[in-house]
Amino acid sequence: MIDFELEPQILNRLKMYHAVSEHMMRPISRECDEHEHQKPTQFYESMWSASAAADVQVGDDRSKRTQASEASTPRRANLLTVLSTEELCWGDAGLYLSTPNAGLGGAAVMAAGTPEQKARFLKRFREGKPKWGAMAITEPGFGSDSSAVATTATRDGDHWVLNGTKIFCTAGEMAAEKSEGFVVVWATVDKSAGRAGIKPFVVEHNTPGMTVTRVENKLGIRASDTAAIVLDNCRIPLDHLLGSAEVRKEGGFKDVMATFDATRPIVAAMAIGVGRAALDFVRDFLKQQNVAVRYGISPRRLTALERDFMEMEVQLQAARLLTWRAAWMLDSGKRNSLEASMAKAKAGLAVTLITQKAVELLGPLGYSRKILLEKWMRDAKINDIFEGTQQINMIIVARRILNYSSKELN
Amino acid sequence: MIDFELSEEQQMIRDSVGAFAREEIRPAARPADESGAIPGALVAKAWQFGFVSGAIPEKFGGGGDARSAVTGAIAAEELGFGDLSIAIHVLAPRLFAYPIAEMGTDDQRARYLKRFSGADFAAATAAVMEPRFDFDLSALQVSATRDGGGFVLNGAKCYVPLAAESDSMLVYGATDAGRGLAGVDGFIVARGAAGVTISEREKNMGLKALATYELTLKDCRVGADARVGGEKGIDFSRLMSQSRVALSAMGVGVMNAAFEYARDYAKERKAFGVPIATKQAIAFMLADMAIEIDAARLLVWEAAFRLDQGGDGLKESYLAKNYVAQSALKVTDNAVQVLGGHGYIREHPVEMWLRNARGFSAIDGIATV
Repeated sequence: MIDFELEPQILNRLKMYHAVSEHMMRPISRECDEHEHQKPTQFYESMWSASAAADVQVGDDRSKRTQASEASTPRRANLLTVLSTEELCWGDAGLYLSTPNAGLGGAAVMAAGTPEQKARFLKRFREGKPKWGAMAITEPGFGSDSSAVATTATRDGDHWVLNGTKIFCTAGEMAAEKSEGFVVVWATVDKSAGRAGIKPFVVEHNTPGMTVTRVENKLGIRASDTAAIVLDNCRIPLDHLLGSAEVRKEGGFKDVMATFDATRPIVAAMAIGVGRAALDFVRDFLKQQNVAVRYGISPRRLTALERDFMEMEVQLQAARLLTWRAAWMLDSGKRNSLEASMAKAKAGLAVTLITQKAVELLGPLGYSRKILLEKWMRDAKINDIFEGTQQINMIIVARRILNYSSKELN
Repeated sequence: MIDFELSEEQQMIRDSVGAFAREEIRPAARPADESGAIPGALVAKAWQFGFVSGAIPEKFGGGGDARSAVTGAIAAEELGFGDLSIAIHVLAPRLFAYPIAEMGTDDQRARYLKRFSGADFAAATAAVMEPRFDFDLSALQVSATRDGGGFVLNGAKCYVPLAAESDSMLVYGATDAGRGLAGVDGFIVARGAAGVTISEREKNMGLKALATYELTLKDCRVGADARVGGEKGIDFSRLMSQSRVALSAMGVGVMNAAFEYARDYAKERKAFGVPIATKQAIAFMLADMAIEIDAARLLVWEAAFRLDQGGDGLKESYLAKNYVAQSALKVTDNAVQVLGGHGYIREHPVEMWLRNARGFSAIDGIATV
């Protein structure tokens, strides 16, 4: 039965996330943006212990989500994740991404690992000091075309030997060198096998041969580190290959793609959180200025400002509903690749435009670094790019609605 | 609890109305657009679905179904997929029946609702819109002034569907011009009432199959019992939100029709030896259309859901309708563009959909869920 109501217990939970946003993120938002590579260690500690105490992963909850979506557990996990993500990114998207947890590395372990591997690699996130998990796919030679992985994994006795360069690895520095975390590296065991030869490998922090060679300076989400990682004869144990080493037509690469069905709605929700931050700010500002937004009157009588504000509002809600639907489908065990890409494409673009408009609406005040609008505009843009650019998601939508393969439409 | 699944009943309604729209309305749409006439047999067939009588209480001769804006939106989308003119035509009697069923006095319900339970289409309508560029539901210029026991109506209305063939209509006017939506009342006006002049049929860019009329009210006197809801009046805001949901849902249907047609064409039509759909320039337009359709539908459902929950849904339905007005235009325009020169030719339906879609920025209040 069609329903748009959030039940009280979910709303209560969101209130908790909202408090985290308001009291732990917003106060350090500007400072973390201005001092890009300085680590807010106290924030890390607080988030780490808060998540341990609440037994809910505050922040990027991807590993937990994947776990929960495995049949036996409640069917709300993905929806809850997008809701909490929106709430936390209302606080600060960069800090959200830098929150210590298993992150995308954890998602990969959950998607591709054996039960034993899941237990072994993920145990650390429930104990001890703050840790990060990261995932490394992108390379200097490719971005959107994930099948072009050039990093190699060669068997040498009891070890895999990894060689190659990875870039744009979110939380890569924290996972690889600054905590007892790990990086999941996608590498090919057989280049001639194409996509089927691409496998995920867990590389433990400070493994000899793995070096963080640079941490990027970015337009936004500056609180989150984006690392380049070089693997130079990096030796890892055989059982660090997630899943099976066997090169089959199906599998391997399919796992990468499957994780996108879950992570794209999350990125859409990140965008929505940032967009809502901007919208809320503008709404409050207009209220202070006694500028009314008159719903229901003739569209011909609306001021340009009212029109802009309403457009921002409805675009955000459209993106949100598409995102909820994609998450709900996953919770309901429905295939959602199309809807996940729709949500991601819509949210990435909509929020890019919403935050740009918000800066415009406040004129000289909006452009000033005294308030956070300009930061949100910079933060928002990444959601139109990572986890599949808008254009890649449009291609996926197009293929699905046209029933074309990637060979037919590329 | 968030849920995007249709109930079994809604699924059934979508399937049956959808099949009717596809198989019977669609083939009639172009001839109706050209001739300006909708075949009586088609209207009669639509009447059998009980779109009007279904939600009228049993004791007034109706089906007694629970009225739901969400379910109504689902059916309206399918009808809109068939044809916008025909959809508004077959649902027009609701404009008279539903406000009386929901907000009328017992006496009004007993007196006016039975006519909708017959076997034949019972034309009825409402006069909401007014002929000026900044027509505003919250600032109606048709006035209803108290006069002794009754009211005197003055002013002009436009886009009144089926006005010439309706036995009765509701006329909305401001009893208290200072109170916006809350100051509006609805009055039952019989055919041929003194002071009411129905003009020649209107000629519009689209919606050409739908008979709409201008109406002049000059000292039109009605009794106190003509005021819907009696002394307590009506919730005009809610009525208009219900209307915006209906029109937006039809808009989603129009978008979907245009999208499907353009998609199928793009897979067939070849340029440079390959189907044009394999070119990103075309494929991206189609992908964008698909996303806009889903986004618009969800916005409409949400607004409908608020109404079903008893909320006023004003903001949601207003934003949804404005969104649909924009996106329906964009989607149908894209459909014409995908077909290129062929899209401009009246042999294909996409130009008709573009003309109809432009109407959403002009019309308000002429359909309801």
